[in-house]
Amino acid sequence: MKKVRALIVDDSSVMRKIVERSLRQAGIDLSEVLEAANGAEALGALNQGAVDLILCDINMPVMDGIEFLKQLKAVDGAKSVPVVMITTEGNEAHVVQALSAGARGYIRKPFTPDQVKEHVIPVLEKP
Amino acid sequence: MRPANQVLANNRNQEEFPPLLEQSAREVFQIMLGCELDPPTEVPSPESFEFTAMVGLAGELCGVITFRCSAQSAMLITSKMLGGDSKYPDEQVWDAVGELCNVIAGTFKNKLTRISERCMLSVPTVITGANYSYHSLADSGCVEVLFTFSESVVSVSLEVHS
Repeated sequence: MKKVRALIVDDSSVMRKIVERSLRQAGIDLSEVLEAANGAEALGALNQGAVDLILCDINMPVMDGIEFLKQLKAVDGAKSVPVVMITTEGNEAHVVQALSAGARGYIRKPFTPDQVKEHVIPVLEKP
Repeated sequence: MRPANQVLANNRNQEEFPPLLEQSAREVFQIMLGCELDPPTEVPSPESFEFTAMVGLAGELCGVITFRCSAQSAMLITSKMLGGDSKYPDEQVWDAVGELCNVIAGTFKNKLTRISERCMLSVPTVITGANYSYHSLADSGCVEVLFTFSESVVSVSLEVHS
């Protein structure tokens, strides 16, 4: 698998570190990890160059994950980047809402590295 | 919106909450920290809880989920979450304890199958220090579960507002 430049979006800096560690434990070769504390910061981070993967929380201040997904569609060069939601919101309605807004995967917190592997690897392998 | 007493009735009764809170806390500690929670061996004094994290519930179930622990436990939680054993800045410890409470609250909410979709979580708030007064507006009861985590007692509680 090629090296992956990832963007991790979560208002908890500790959770961003846990997600990064889980990606590495899942065997994903990360070339660089960008971090953002909310959807608005994430849109700004995309100005720093293309990313191959976005992991995004839903409940965040300023701009939540669902609004980020909607606005991502208008960003040139980023609309095809796979986004996997990682969130405490685990009910069916939130899953449907996120997938309808363009997410390619959905992981509920708390999660294991195996769950990250199970949900992220197929997304990276799918063109 | 239905009144809280009806919501509680729809979740069978308030006696359902302690086991769901307990299950949620156990799952989160096991998966995120790799630790099992043991039954409490002592009744903690309020002064022992120097970290208090709170996450609000709004919608069909209104209330607050609170996680409380000692400073030593907070540092250990941070260390377990980040996978290291170094000293951490205060901001990172607050973040870790707040996020732990957030995930416990989310796990608990997701177990309330009939109302989960109509219930929202706030972002966490963390209070440090034990010398404070807390005046809850809860009027539908409070449930608390206590555990031993690495020789210290930690508390998870739910207060329900109507």
